[in-house]
Amino acid sequence: MDFGLSEEQQQLKTSARELLAAECPTPAVRRAMASDDGTLPELWREIAKLGWTGLIVPEKFGGAGLGMLDMAVLLEEQGYAAMPGPFLFSAAIATEAVVRGGSEEMKAKWLGVLAEGKAIGTVAIAETSDRIPTLAKDGRLSGSKVFAPYANLADFVVVSVRGEAGRSLALVDTHSSGVILNRLRHLDLTRRFGLVDFGAAAAEQLSGGESLHRRILDVGAVAIAADSLGGTQRALDMAVDYSKVREQFGKPIGSFQALKHAAAEIVADLEPARSLVWYAAHALDAMPKEAPRAAAMAKARLCEVYSRGTDRAVLMHGGIGFTWEHDIHLWFKRARFNESYLGSPAYYRERVAQLSAY
Amino acid sequence: MDLNFTPEEDEFRIKVRRFLEENIPKSGLGDGREGREDKAWLARAKEWQRKLYEAGYVAMAWPKEFGGQALEPVRQSIVNDEVVRAKAPYLIGGSGLGMLGPTLISWGTEEQKKRYLPKILTAEEIWCQGYSEPGSGSDLASLRTRAEIVGDEFVVNGQKVWTSGAQYSDMMFCLVRTDPEAPKHRGISYILIDMHSPGLTVRPLVQMTGDRGFNEVFFDNVRVPRKNLVGKLNEGWIVANATLFHERNMLGSASGSEQRFNRLRALAKSIQRNGHPLSEDPVFRQRLADLQIRVEAMRLHAMRQLTDQIRGRQPGIEAMINKLVGTELNHDLATAAMEAMGDDSMLARDEPSVVDKGYWPYEWMFSLGLVIGGGTSHIQKNIIAERGLKMPKSR
Repeated sequence: MDFGLSEEQQQLKTSARELLAAECPTPAVRRAMASDDGTLPELWREIAKLGWTGLIVPEKFGGAGLGMLDMAVLLEEQGYAAMPGPFLFSAAIATEAVVRGGSEEMKAKWLGVLAEGKAIGTVAIAETSDRIPTLAKDGRLSGSKVFAPYANLADFVVVSVRGEAGRSLALVDTHSSGVILNRLRHLDLTRRFGLVDFGAAAAEQLSGGESLHRRILDVGAVAIAADSLGGTQRALDMAVDYSKVREQFGKPIGSFQALKHAAAEIVADLEPARSLVWYAAHALDAMPKEAPRAAAMAKARLCEVYSRGTDRAVLMHGGIGFTWEHDIHLWFKRARFNESYLGSPAYYRERVAQLSAY
Repeated sequence: MDLNFTPEEDEFRIKVRRFLEENIPKSGLGDGREGREDKAWLARAKEWQRKLYEAGYVAMAWPKEFGGQALEPVRQSIVNDEVVRAKAPYLIGGSGLGMLGPTLISWGTEEQKKRYLPKILTAEEIWCQGYSEPGSGSDLASLRTRAEIVGDEFVVNGQKVWTSGAQYSDMMFCLVRTDPEAPKHRGISYILIDMHSPGLTVRPLVQMTGDRGFNEVFFDNVRVPRKNLVGKLNEGWIVANATLFHERNMLGSASGSEQRFNRLRALAKSIQRNGHPLSEDPVFRQRLADLQIRVEAMRLHAMRQLTDQIRGRQPGIEAMINKLVGTELNHDLATAAMEAMGDDSMLARDEPSVVDKGYWPYEWMFSLGLVIGGGTSHIQKNIIAERGLKMPKSR
């Protein structure tokens, strides 16, 4: 019995923390926020060189062939740094879809360039209710999707579609004719979102149907949970550090019990939740039967903990925490996006209830 | 990450399960909640612990020379899980096993270990904890029970309160003031007192549950041999904290929460609301699922800490939250059950139509007591903030 990160995973976590502290401090995040495409190209090249973009790509396609727990470690640290860019959506979710459901031809086309960081994939799940994309028999896709992360940069989109056999996933090359990408102006500026109109573009069905569709949602849920874990830790660290230097009534505000209790409540939420993330990621790697429920639990809990934690952390900062100039709102807004993306905590709690048969 | 047990461990689990099925007293220990002064009940409780010990399932990690088996912590955790799963009676010697024993193993003299540890295991000696006083609750270090050294004895005068099990205990581990001039944390000593000593009186207190579970203990010139000092004279605070660490972990046990959740879920399935089981009500389902997730998080959190223990890693901030989160979770589980039961939740235990023999109302009250005992949630939060997050002390 061994529950937790291995020595290698612990090292990966430490080196990711150090790299992002140096290469992705908040001034860099703000640079990306102000840029057109919302990324840090130099950082992307660096992490690609380190093998992050190929982390879950099988070795025969040039990746590291590691699992979701390793991925969760990286995503936690990216959440800690509020790292901008398409990594979570491309290197975790879209890559997983191609690894699991792609044809040999599709894998050969995309996995190598994904691993090298030269291609970017995204995923499009949410839709405006009146325009559900349907995959026609001739392989043409019409309809549109909203909240496709980094659609502005994506070389391909993994789309959830309705076909004759129900829900499934298809892959659309964004360079093919018909696809229109529009940027959505969004409150979480550490990310970019687009609206994708497929306009009868050619789409390739991924194999695995409903169960692949489910798996990709589970992977997405765990990825978001891992990002939330790191983000909550960061909000806590920022609030605690501030409480040690800011003085009122002639003392550091951290000496007041009101602030101590707020901080301790974040810790009490965070530490057990950390185990939910590890377990859910491990279940995706090694316990397929357990994975859907574990993913639902992690998504529901971590997103709630992140939103509540950033609320408390903003409050602990007082007035300065409400300014644009202070960085805490980057995490505050990222938390809110994480909470709604792929389904709310209430949705995932209902899923837990269904999967537990009550 | 590897969540599998070894084949030997799986075999061991089956053995434990079978032992429990065959040996758990059919009707539990009988209702000992009415004050626990009944001699026959006490004898049955001691017999149960002894039986479990003789089977090799108690304090398995303790050193062999004191009656333990020096086994790795995973074996004990298997036993603990199975004990909860089988709804086995609780161990009467819990304070000795969970708090004093581990403290003595770290801080006791060889003579003390040899003298006390074996009898803790067999339930021959039952221990209680002499910490709180009427004027010293959260501010434990302000305690005033005085021990003066006269010859080779301590002479103890003063009073303790909230002493669980004092009415049937043989011994008490007790904090006393041995230097009234020193700053409050530096004049305290940790001593072991025979509960049968002349001058020692136990008076029961009635809890809000209506039971007599805890007590006041009065000391009137109680004589205690000097060799019963644990750690150094006036340096008892550090020993006291070692015990408190063990107590906090004991109070927030994850497998107990899991059993309570299963019971709550069964309750929600059995109650009809608007023509459907309450478990199908969308609002109550949200609440059940939220509790299930929190229970699962604590189950995994315990596995994480067990792994750290196996690997010999020092516990960090994650170990400080067990008491806070575990006890509040248990109270939330009971509160959800009370709401599910509606008006029935307020029926007294001796009302014939009471649900489930009054399990949930009792649990609802008792679990709030555990949010307080061993340091209230507020104190736990101070500890997490000051020791875990290094936020500045306010005092």
